[in-house]
Amino acid sequence: MDDISLLLNGFYTVLSWQNLGLMGIGILLGIVVGVLPGLGGPNGVAILLPLTFTMNPTSAIILLSCIYWGALFGGAITSVLFNIPGEAWSVATTFDGYPMAQQGRAGQALTSAFTGSFFGALVGVLMITFLAPLVAKFALRFGPPEFFAVYFLTFCSFVGMGKEPKAKIVIAMCIGFVLAAVGMDTISGQLRMTFGMPVLLRGFDFLVAVIGLFGISEILMTMEEGLAFKGKQASIDLKVVLKTWATMPRYFMTLLRSSAIGCWLGITPGGATAASFMGYGVAKKMSKQPDSFGKGNVEGVLAPETAAHAAGTSALLPMLALGIPGSATAAVLLGGLMIWGLQPGPLLFVEQKDFVWGLIASMYLGNLSGLIIVLASVPLFAAILRIPFSIIAPAILVVCAIGAFTVHNAQFDIWLMLIFGIIGYVFKKLDYPLAPLVLALVLGDRAEDAFRQSMLASKGGLGIFWSNGLVGTIMTLALLGLAWSFVGALRERLKTRPMQAVNADSRAG
Amino acid sequence: MSAPDELHGAAAESDTAITRRTAELVIGVLLALFGLLAVVSNYQIGAGWASDGPQAGYFPLRMGVIILFCSIIVIAQALMKNDRSAFVERAQLRLVATVLVPLIVYVAAIQFTGIYVASAIFICAFMAFIGKFNWWKAAATGAGFSLALFWIFEFMFQVPLPKGPLEALFGF
Repeated sequence: MDDISLLLNGFYTVLSWQNLGLMGIGILLGIVVGVLPGLGGPNGVAILLPLTFTMNPTSAIILLSCIYWGALFGGAITSVLFNIPGEAWSVATTFDGYPMAQQGRAGQALTSAFTGSFFGALVGVLMITFLAPLVAKFALRFGPPEFFAVYFLTFCSFVGMGKEPKAKIVIAMCIGFVLAAVGMDTISGQLRMTFGMPVLLRGFDFLVAVIGLFGISEILMTMEEGLAFKGKQASIDLKVVLKTWATMPRYFMTLLRSSAIGCWLGITPGGATAASFMGYGVAKKMSKQPDSFGKGNVEGVLAPETAAHAAGTSALLPMLALGIPGSATAAVLLGGLMIWGLQPGPLLFVEQKDFVWGLIASMYLGNLSGLIIVLASVPLFAAILRIPFSIIAPAILVVCAIGAFTVHNAQFDIWLMLIFGIIGYVFKKLDYPLAPLVLALVLGDRAEDAFRQSMLASKGGLGIFWSNGLVGTIMTLALLGLAWSFVGALRERLKTRPMQAVNADSRAG
Repeated sequence: MSAPDELHGAAAESDTAITRRTAELVIGVLLALFGLLAVVSNYQIGAGWASDGPQAGYFPLRMGVIILFCSIIVIAQALMKNDRSAFVERAQLRLVATVLVPLIVYVAAIQFTGIYVASAIFICAFMAFIGKFNWWKAAATGAGFSLALFWIFEFMFQVPLPKGPLEALFGF
């Protein structure tokens, strides 16, 4: 009951004119970010983060989290109307969304997508409301070994759940850790890997890395495909919306299933992208007419969108309760917390009640107003995509450059952004995942501190990670998950090897 | 395995600028060097155990070792798989260069002209050369965009961005 009154207090905080205004601005900016190629959730938030340095943390997180919601909504618009996923998590939405638009059912597809998103988000927020305080309370007993164990579990599940080759996931992650270590060591004060270059003293800021890795590289990728937008017209009127809503109860089980998948993959760092594909796959498998998928089945739009939004929302649960983000965007938000002077972790629920419950309340309101705004403004945002790419591309690049500069007021960071952009482009093409890199870059110092403090306590013995039931269980789980995924990968390879040979032959023939 | 691959390679040769195999190998070697660099650099500052616990290089050195190890796996896998399909085609490379080269010039220009003038010229040139817009349309868009940015950052957010001689002329 205590939590309910805190939540009501949170609503009270959010319902000020200033915060409501920020919410609206955030959602609109977020939709733009979600619609435009090259601007996505993580780097949209990263670019705007420096502008919030002077705001009070609650208003700042409301603005930035609403950009996140907006981006989740916006991704669906391009998928349905243009067959171009604005975000990785809306790829699965194109499978049935675009065929629906071709059949002239764009309005229905978009309404279903947004409603599904809203439903998924709602389930995610409800779970955060009731589960996050419990998790945080539990985590208050954690010491450095337990925290390191949880970090370890996070990174292991990235390796285990990632679709990319395991070695590449591990490489990406360790690059993040190494880059995080560059600069002054926080414990000993020694300089690490600066090679006598003064610009490296500050180390690598994750915001600059995110803007380059996700923003610049995305523009390069888009350019490579020689993009030409050919979109379908869409107008959503109240009649279509109501008609679509009337059919929703029929798909209640799909919505619920997708939400559950999304919540699970959001808390464990599977992420929204994996969730959307899994939601789509499960809906298809459970459907009575699996053949109609891919040809404009409403369920094929509902399922991935619901799962993606549920995952995107619940990715904030571990970030709030444990200080461990479940997605790249959540990682950027977590970095924001540290910049605003808040210490992420379970203590947040004790020391920063206003902030936490304000954020949770803003999730309810943000998603509700997001649904209304996005339904009302689809034609406007579809029009943005009709602006020629030769205007949008340089404008986005300029915005990225400014975003990189404002992080530390350093021109060197713009060069860094460029380098990270090229790295991101090459990595994406070669299937090196970017999210673990960013996560490791954000968490690097904290994970390292937890590790060193544990080592300090145990005088160098790894036994401390099995010194009590709790930490031992987490570590064992992580290692088991890791081992299991390697076994799975090996078996898969043995199974597909003969298949690949056949494929290669048929291709050559 | 080799016969179908050669056929495939020959067919793709005409428009393939870099094969996947080459790209995998080059990046694998670069990553191995990066890992090695981390190992050497951290070994020099001390990666062992001091009287007050693990030294500064303790953690990053181990990360470097993992990178080195995994990049060798990646290189081995690339050699075994021998994937001669296109990593990037020549036409694609040209398109990417049309963004990347102006972008590099733009970032370099920021040092001399400040971000506003450089951005205006960048947008204008991009529209005119790549988008084939009229000069006056391109110039108007570029200038308008930069002026809007100037207003947003210098006045609304009061975040000063790099400025050059032109802004100095107006007393900023």
